[in-house]
Amino acid sequence: MELKSNAPLIDAQHPIATAWERHRFNMKLVNPANKRKYSVIVVGTGLAGASAAATLAELGYNIKAFCFQDSPRRAHSIAAQGGINAAKDYPGDGDSVFRLFYDTVKGGDYRSREANVYRLAQLSLNIIDQAVGQGVPLAREYGGLLSNRSFGGAQVSRTFYARGQTGQQLLLGAYQALARQIEANKVEMHVRTEMMDLIVIDGRARGIVSRNLVTGALEAHIADAVVLASGGYGNVYFLSTNAMASNGSAAWRAYRRGALFANPCYTQIHPTCIPVHGEHQSKLTLMSESLRNDGRVWVPKKAEDCGKNPNTIPEEDRDYYLERKYPSFGNLVPRDVASRNAKMVCDEGRGVGATKLGVYLDFSDAINRLGKHVVEERYGNLFEMYERITDEDPYKTPMRIFPAVHYTMGGLWVDYNLQSNIPGLFVLGEANFSDHGANRLGASALMQGLADGYFVIPYTLGHYLATATVDKALPKIAEDHEAVVATLDEVKARVDQLMSIGGSRTPDSFHKELGKIMWEHVGMGRTEAGLKTALELIPKLRAEFYKDLKVVGAAESLNITLEKAARVADFLELAELMARDALNRAESCGGHFREESQTEEGEAKRDDEQFSYVAAWAFKGADEAPELHKEALTFDHVKLTQRSYK
Amino acid sequence: MKITLHVWRQSDAKDKGHFEKYVHPNVSPDSSFLEMLDEVNEDLLSQNKEPIAFDNDCREGICGACGMVINGAPHGPQRLTTTCQLHMRKFKDGDEVWIEPWRAKAFPVIRDLIVDRGAMDRIIEAGGYISINTQNAQDANALPIPKPVADKAMDAATCIGCGACVAACPNAAAMLFTSAKVSHLGLLPQGQPERARRVGNMVAQMEAEGFGGCTNHGDCAEACPKGIGLEFIARMNRDFFGAMLKSPDHIPARWKRR
Ligand SMILES: Cc1cc2nc3c(=O)[nH]c(=O)nc-3n(C[C@H](O)[C@H](O)[C@H](O)COP(=O)(O)OP(=O)(O)OC[C@H]3O[C@@H](n4cnc5c(N)ncnc54)[C@H](O)[C@@H]3O)c2cc1C
Ligand code: FES
Repeated sequence: MELKSNAPLIDAQHPIATAWERHRFNMKLVNPANKRKYSVIVVGTGLAGASAAATLAELGYNIKAFCFQDSPRRAHSIAAQGGINAAKDYPGDGDSVFRLFYDTVKGGDYRSREANVYRLAQLSLNIIDQAVGQGVPLAREYGGLLSNRSFGGAQVSRTFYARGQTGQQLLLGAYQALARQIEANKVEMHVRTEMMDLIVIDGRARGIVSRNLVTGALEAHIADAVVLASGGYGNVYFLSTNAMASNGSAAWRAYRRGALFANPCYTQIHPTCIPVHGEHQSKLTLMSESLRNDGRVWVPKKAEDCGKNPNTIPEEDRDYYLERKYPSFGNLVPRDVASRNAKMVCDEGRGVGATKLGVYLDFSDAINRLGKHVVEERYGNLFEMYERITDEDPYKTPMRIFPAVHYTMGGLWVDYNLQSNIPGLFVLGEANFSDHGANRLGASALMQGLADGYFVIPYTLGHYLATATVDKALPKIAEDHEAVVATLDEVKARVDQLMSIGGSRTPDSFHKELGKIMWEHVGMGRTEAGLKTALELIPKLRAEFYKDLKVVGAAESLNITLEKAARVADFLELAELMARDALNRAESCGGHFREESQTEEGEAKRDDEQFSYVAAWAFKGADEAPELHKEALTFDHVKLTQRSYK
Repeated sequence: MKITLHVWRQSDAKDKGHFEKYVHPNVSPDSSFLEMLDEVNEDLLSQNKEPIAFDNDCREGICGACGMVINGAPHGPQRLTTTCQLHMRKFKDGDEVWIEPWRAKAFPVIRDLIVDRGAMDRIIEAGGYISINTQNAQDANALPIPKPVADKAMDAATCIGCGACVAACPNAAAMLFTSAKVSHLGLLPQGQPERARRVGNMVAQMEAEGFGGCTNHGDCAEACPKGIGLEFIARMNRDFFGAMLKSPDHIPARWKRR
């Protein structure tokens, strides 16, 4: 299969800066009076899904939106803390669309599509305008203008924020726009409803099968197009910063129906999270990256000091390893570098805390230099949260932090129109693979989700519907169409299977075991041998799952164990694809570190000759190896260099 | 530590419901309240019993999904803390803990500790937004907003929609929730054109959903994990009566009929 990005022509006469505008002009429009004749399914009400559903409804399409929470306002996007990037250059510090584009391609370690990223940087401007218009209370200066900060090591201040609750406020903006369309009867909202499968008819996405999580009822929903905005799959590791119910099933089910899964191995591990405290731990809590602006990272020089009270360890016995190894960036190296180094010192036996999986983030210098009140003003709420969880006072004892899985850059393959290889299936937000390459920059996920939902899909979906109508490719589908019935039956069979295994192990116990395999072998440092081990362990665990799973209660009622079991079943397959992709990519890039591919100084070493492509995998059957398709990446505007933070 | 739980179990909306007792012999003080319940659930499963159903997702105190009444207090004993952020070190070895769902006419129980909070979404749908379509916003800095105003709007916008205010109120009123959104949007210049209409419609919806009236107990603000203050209720009342006086057209018929 040839993978066409469908990006507009870009060359000397056709600059990248006008590509989106040209593309928009060339796309077909749906006449305003005709829009109400089309129906569109939107799965997910996070930033990407809520903004898409609201905007499409405003345009006149009939929308059915779905989320598994009890309200669209509770999607995982709500938890984003730090901020959202936009190339507004309000501070006048030299930012521009081109610089944001450049930083994003470079930050992604040259594994993303230039045309997409350029458009993203352009649309970042509109997002802030739209959000402020909706009444999103972004932070302001005394002069009444919007405030910006620098984030994640960026050299300009381009991050907009709303205290430490940026995701919440942006999501509430999109949710309110959605609420307005629900009131206008343009959106039919299905809460507590989980998409279980995609309905594909004559090669086109025509609907979904859903399960009502309260009654257990399985239902088919038919539409002219399906938009997936179902979020990332970081929870494949069991422990991550994602919300408890975040899962990969919607994307996985689409994959099994023929959609390509791109770069599944690209995972972002965030360096500053609260360490694991015990076996009963259910999730990990992120501590904002901004802490590294003033905190100093260290571990004891000698392993035997690791159990001591840190305040009794003298300066000369401490190893400020980031400052030592990266004198110019110091504690502000990018996420992947900071995470990997924390793992390295812990592997050397110099980790701290009861589990020895932790490093110190120390504010005593900052407190001495700036005074406690300044530190409190900057980070007071984070310190409080830390103390609530760990019962330790970071003003007195250094914080303990450790890396945790945070974000997945991989996802369903989409073209420039955000359409998957299945016509009529569009994928937005964290669920697609599009814009972040092998590593996402801080404050760029919110930007991408909203760019996709507010400003890209309204055009590209219209073009699809208009074109498909001309081609007479969207016939009316009856509810008893054989493909609809067959998909419903398959879902029912899957649910029945999970209910009837009658084994002894809970879904959570399988999930935890899978998480350990993934963290150990498909985590921060990956080796050929480790990945091969994972590829043996995962199918074994999956086989055991289908022999020994226990689910109690009934399928026709609210059943939290069944919900969990269905998601874990899909994680057990997705995990294998991640390991396979990681094994195939024998280079290091961004968040994907192959130990075999490093520079003499131990930094990630790309192999552009061999791996400058998107790895897009096709499902070939439950027991067959998937097939790899490659989309070559070319870079005409950004110069490929080895990243260096020395 | 050993903790004895009395948990409300109710199989569906029709079931009458009852308390069941569970003993967790070995709770780690470092675990969160929900992690303790996870362990109880794993134990129940191992005995082929159905686990306790409760809503939760972010476990970071921001999504508003979690919420249960713990020993009579919505979200439990720690101030400004959601259930998911409550840790077991706030309890003592040997404690008895009573866990119930939010109780309010407008929040029917779905199962165990899960209630239907759709009424809160419908209040927002009645007017909790600014009517602006995507694509036609002016430059974000074209409209300076004084920092104190923006900050106050943010204080109100911080509401996570968990429903603890309703659960705490002897009248099961949703005044704090509704007033937080009315105030967030009503404080901002962008929210002015629809200010009167918004408050009218949202208050009417609140009544239609069966939430009670406000008799100034203040329990709602006490229980709010985000510290939303009573000042917003006062603001909403002013807005509402102002709207009625100035432009009675903005007050929906269903309110006027009463
Ligand atoms: C703790 C934390 C902090 C972060 N901070 C930042 C930050 O400061 N800046 C930044 O840019 N990014 C940040 N991120 C990343 C960012 O929050 C996410 O990438 C982004 O919000 C994802 O949005 P989304 O719309 O794609 O998906 P989500 O918000 O995850 O929404 C997914 C939606 O899909 C629905 N769904 C999923 N599967 C199904 C199904 N099968 N059936 C029905 N519905 C389904 C869910 O109900 C939900 O509504 C952070 C992430 C975390 C974990
Ligand atoms: S689970 Fe999200 S607020 Fe408690």
